[in-house]
Amino acid sequence: MLQFVAASLFALGLAGVIIRRNVLVMLMCMELMLNAVNLSLVTYAHAMGSTVGAVLVFLVFVVATAEIAVAIPIVLLLVRRKKTLDIESFSDLKG
Amino acid sequence: MSGFLASFDTILLWTFAGGALASAVLMLVLRQPMRVAMALITCMVFLGGVYGMLGVHFIAAFQVLIYVGAVMVFMVYAIMLLDPRDETATARYSKFLWPGIIGFVLLAEALAVGYWNDLPQAPRGPAGEIFGIADFSKAFLSDYWLHFELTSVLLLVAVVAALAVIKENRRQERG
Repeated sequence: MLQFVAASLFALGLAGVIIRRNVLVMLMCMELMLNAVNLSLVTYAHAMGSTVGAVLVFLVFVVATAEIAVAIPIVLLLVRRKKTLDIESFSDLKG
Repeated sequence: MSGFLASFDTILLWTFAGGALASAVLMLVLRQPMRVAMALITCMVFLGGVYGMLGVHFIAAFQVLIYVGAVMVFMVYAIMLLDPRDETATARYSKFLWPGIIGFVLLAEALAVGYWNDLPQAPRGPAGEIFGIADFSKAFLSDYWLHFELTSVLLLVAVVAALAVIKENRRQERG
């Protein structure tokens, strides 16, 4: 049953990325999606009694840390240029 | 007595899971970014509790140490740095509110139907420790050493990228 919790958390995170305006809140919703994937991996590792899921969880930890370490400076740069956290003011990045 | 303890463990597991879901819903509803960050931290701590109840205690410890201790502290720091100068950040939803909600319902339904029909059975409830950190470390550093090395390359790339972004920042300040 924990897979359903993981699926709901992932869907909630995706909905948050789509519907929220604030860039930092969108980043946090992406973190929520990564957490949902972790929960799913741990659930399956627990069900199958294998260590593969735990290894993948650690890789997800590293990816999340690297992602946040790169994403926050980029957000700082964007906010310094536009003076706002609103995602719709960055729509000229579409090219 | 042990039956009572097992049912108490199950109750605790589902309390943690429900708490994680509730704080994830709060993340979508709350207005201030700092409150959203607090809801996310609550969600992560609840998920750490779920991992602990499942018997993978080292993942629970790393969930709290890395996610709450490192990632979320960095996020809260960024919020405190950026938020006061921004008045538009209090607007909650973008114009994609309804497409987002419809997409959420469709994705949740597709995942739930897929789990219900195809995927293997979920564990029946909390069990004892299935594999400890010794088994995990052996598997990680002997069978999956290539992935371990690749993560170190990824971290190096992240450090270089962060430095490049900071350099770009300085160049803008000068020019």
